[in-house]
Amino acid sequence: MFRLVGRSFLAFVLAPETPLDSWIEELDAWIGRSKGFFDSRPIMVDLSRVQLAKPDVAGFLAQLQARGMRIIGVEGVDPDWLGPGLGPLPSGGNGARVIELADVENTAEEGKEDRSKSDPTALVLDFPVRSGQSIIFPNGDVTVAGSVASGAEIIAGGSIHIYGTLRGRAIAGSAGNPQARIFCNIFEAELLAIGGLYKTADSIEPELRGRPVQAWLDGEILMMTPQN
Amino acid sequence: MVAKVIVVTSGKGGVGKTTTTAALGAALAQAGQNVAVVDFDVGLRNLDLIMGAERRVVYDFVNVIQGNAKLNQALIRDKRVGTLSLLAASQTRDKDALTEKGVARVMKELRDKFDWVICDSPAGIERGALLAMRHADIAVIVTNPEISSVRDSDRMVGLLDAKTVKAEKDEEIEKHVLLARYDPDRAARGEMLAIDDVLEILSLPLLGVIPESRDVLKASNLGAPVTVASPVSAPARAYKDAARRLTGETVTMTIPSDKRNLFGMLFGGRAA
Repeated sequence: MFRLVGRSFLAFVLAPETPLDSWIEELDAWIGRSKGFFDSRPIMVDLSRVQLAKPDVAGFLAQLQARGMRIIGVEGVDPDWLGPGLGPLPSGGNGARVIELADVENTAEEGKEDRSKSDPTALVLDFPVRSGQSIIFPNGDVTVAGSVASGAEIIAGGSIHIYGTLRGRAIAGSAGNPQARIFCNIFEAELLAIGGLYKTADSIEPELRGRPVQAWLDGEILMMTPQN
Repeated sequence: MVAKVIVVTSGKGGVGKTTTTAALGAALAQAGQNVAVVDFDVGLRNLDLIMGAERRVVYDFVNVIQGNAKLNQALIRDKRVGTLSLLAASQTRDKDALTEKGVARVMKELRDKFDWVICDSPAGIERGALLAMRHADIAVIVTNPEISSVRDSDRMVGLLDAKTVKAEKDEEIEKHVLLARYDPDRAARGEMLAIDDVLEILSLPLLGVIPESRDVLKASNLGAPVTVASPVSAPARAYKDAARRLTGETVTMTIPSDKRNLFGMLFGGRAA
């Protein structure tokens, strides 16, 4: 067995708008209100809304870096313009919600409360997950009140509970959480993984098929037992 | 008149989409409904052959979309069932010839003219298949009792719930499973998935079970929907029941069989 750990990051994407001078003024005012907000947070910069000439890009990015920002990627300009260490944004990022900075008024504490309200730690699906669908929920547990089809996958930061038949893949503890577990009512899975340790159908005892099963990690071993 | 639009889809090829489109279309038309069947398989059209209209195609779907022909010029009325019309696909073009806007316009025109519009989807999950399902109110998912077909069908269900106009308006598209090429003897021997297994995997209601039958091949070689070519055959009866279920009738689910009749006849003959 070897480890494969998938990890997803939350990065803020800054999208400057023209006129740039007043945008930077606004940014400074905002940093003044929420000190330390950008410390140790990865930042991506989307320059597609501003028309910058090649020499201006480096200067603008330097201005941001001077404010303590760690820029990990830049989007919206010719990748050739960027210096070493600055790649274009990874493609395929989803959930591009625009976070309006103006809404986050004062303290960082308020921000934290907001986040706990808007980001639930459990996802409940009332419908079967169909072949080809991929449910990715890094924030916590996923519960499916139906079946997960062959060729479908559930990727959860926490545990996975399936009240129907699991025929597809279940990947729990996707960010490396070894405490995560997988439960299903009828076990027919193609692949199970917890905290990066995985087993394919071939290496799973055939006696478990068709039964209710629980899977968990015992150190470096992916354990499975029938529930009845 | 505002038609209900049905898409006949499956993902996998060769499971019986075109046969089903023709048979359901003809069965509804034989019951007095105004029906249009539309071939979305641009480049690999088949519905015209199954309907026996291949020599009567002058204008096709692509001509109507590009404005080279009026819808009325392109619709081919069936010679045997007067209320059944065919809109053929183009064989010389590819699926890019179907534009989203053009399809929307033609589907709207068809809706105003007919009671039922039945769209025969191409296999696969690409553009042609997505356009065929785009405007549907009802999906008939044709499945054979084997796992690859069932999994492909499951994939289509996911797409139906995401990529149709109804899904985008947050409305539920009505979905039914039609199990085709079913052989009760082989299912009993475990050589095929059982009906319950298929329904359990797809978790959708069953529209009908079409038994595997030589009559289906015979009908398509004759160029007629099976409900027209051999109306009392087992598959024809199964399709007619399915069509009645589509119109909202409650019809007891049976798997029509020819064998039992033959056996009954022989047995009856000997007893007499």
